[in-house]
Amino acid sequence: MALDDVYTEVLGEHSRNPDHKHKLSCATCQMKGKNPSCGDEITIELQVEGGVVKEAAFTGIGCAISQASTDIMAELIRGKSVEDARRLANKFISMIKGELVDEDELEELDEALALKNVAHMPARVKCAVLAWHTLDDALKDQK
Amino acid sequence: MADAQEFLKDFPLLNHNINGRKVAYLDNGATTQKPEQMIQAICGYYGGCNANPHRGAYALSIKATDIYEGARKRTAEFIKAGRPQEIIFTKNATEALNLVAYSYGLHNVNAGDEIVISISEHHSNCVPWQMVAKAKGATLKYIYLEKDGNLSAEDIETKITERTKIVAVTQVSNVLGLKNDVKAIVKKAHSVGAVCVVDGSQSVAHMAVDVSDLDCDFFAFSGHKMLSPMGIGVLYGKYELLDAMEPFLRGGDMIEYVEEQDATWAEVPAKFEAGTQNVGGAAGLVAAIDYLEKIGFDRIEAIEADLLNYALPKLRELPFIELYGCDSTQDNKTGIIAFNVKDVHPHDVASILDNDGVAVRAGHHCAQPLHRYLGQNATCRASFYLYNTREDIDRWIESLKKVRGVLGYGA
Repeated sequence: MALDDVYTEVLGEHSRNPDHKHKLSCATCQMKGKNPSCGDEITIELQVEGGVVKEAAFTGIGCAISQASTDIMAELIRGKSVEDARRLANKFISMIKGELVDEDELEELDEALALKNVAHMPARVKCAVLAWHTLDDALKDQK
Repeated sequence: MADAQEFLKDFPLLNHNINGRKVAYLDNGATTQKPEQMIQAICGYYGGCNANPHRGAYALSIKATDIYEGARKRTAEFIKAGRPQEIIFTKNATEALNLVAYSYGLHNVNAGDEIVISISEHHSNCVPWQMVAKAKGATLKYIYLEKDGNLSAEDIETKITERTKIVAVTQVSNVLGLKNDVKAIVKKAHSVGAVCVVDGSQSVAHMAVDVSDLDCDFFAFSGHKMLSPMGIGVLYGKYELLDAMEPFLRGGDMIEYVEEQDATWAEVPAKFEAGTQNVGGAAGLVAAIDYLEKIGFDRIEAIEADLLNYALPKLRELPFIELYGCDSTQDNKTGIIAFNVKDVHPHDVASILDNDGVAVRAGHHCAQPLHRYLGQNATCRASFYLYNTREDIDRWIESLKKVRGVLGYGA
């Protein structure tokens, strides 16, 4: 597989200039996620009101894949219901694990589709899914 | 260097194409590749000599016992131990160090005592001592570093005190690649009545080790970092210390008599080798020792020094490369180079190098306290061995030049 199938322009842009990498003063919940073996550490902050993720942001350190994945996720889930956000998280994780390949099914992942080739890099799968697992954890108790 | 080319042919894996090309394998600090001679030794053992040693009175078991005990004798000679009984086979250096922590540490360290280690230890020579310190109410103290990455002479002098019971240090840092003056540290430890445990994981395959000259009390290493199979490791310990220690693991082959409620222990070294041992691994270890001694450590050190001296100026020419442990004021740098590419996470660097068939390690290299101390979340590490060539270095450097571009940064 060619390197630029993974290190796409979308990924590069989100890792170099993330839109949502900042503290969220209005956060109603936050969750830490880490990959101790890599040293990736992120904190996701969410503003959840009336069952809707109104705002999402993150802070932390990590590789380009984990940082871009987190930024893309934050963009995608803003304005989504808690239920939808969790569903998207699980869909993304299935895509990266190579369990879900149907393009129509995956379409709603939007920019996150740019990460789908990480499925072919077993060593980097956990980088891509860190944010989404963390999101799912954060939203478990949210209504 | 012509030497490396000469050895390369002995390593089947390095002659295979992986993704269409041969791998430039620069992760020898993690594990080395295996020579055909060693692989054949394992095949020879399982194909012609396999039986449970120390058990049967039949010919095969006696042969297996001879191979296993012969490996002990050969290993003792290799590191200049006083007698074969001072060699305990373990599964790796981690198990060897845990053996010392559990069987010596827990019985000889008491509340108020101190254990001294260095900040550059691998987790395997750090976490077991945390366990002992917590269990016994002792204090774990650290020797920190000089600016050039070497152990602070002042810390060695001041932190090893009358309260110190154990000093545990690595002979070569697995991240910074700097050789420590272990002999002087052993002397200091002994001057206060402490024992000194040396982690030889990064040294024993790269330089001649003489535990009698070092006078260390314990010395641990893994076979797989020195051309041998995974799953065989060694603990050297001074006989009188081993003899006085409690067993680590309990079960078959390590006992003398077993009553319903009690048991007595076999002599050293059997006391520390419970259950069926890795005889095939020990046979492989012998073949690796033979291989290394045939080449000689003078040549191995010369090859690694050549690679280091070839690589460092090229790396220093790259303005986006940050190096760690490469400015030692002493002549003690080994073939391990920790580095980072500006703005790029080590895991991305490693993936991009991998795409060019260059294998380096990325992460904390099982040395989180050191990385925290250096202010780095993670680093990349290239580590050389006798089969590496200048061409491997060239491929590494050329690939490094691409890294920032792949992620959309300017050169």
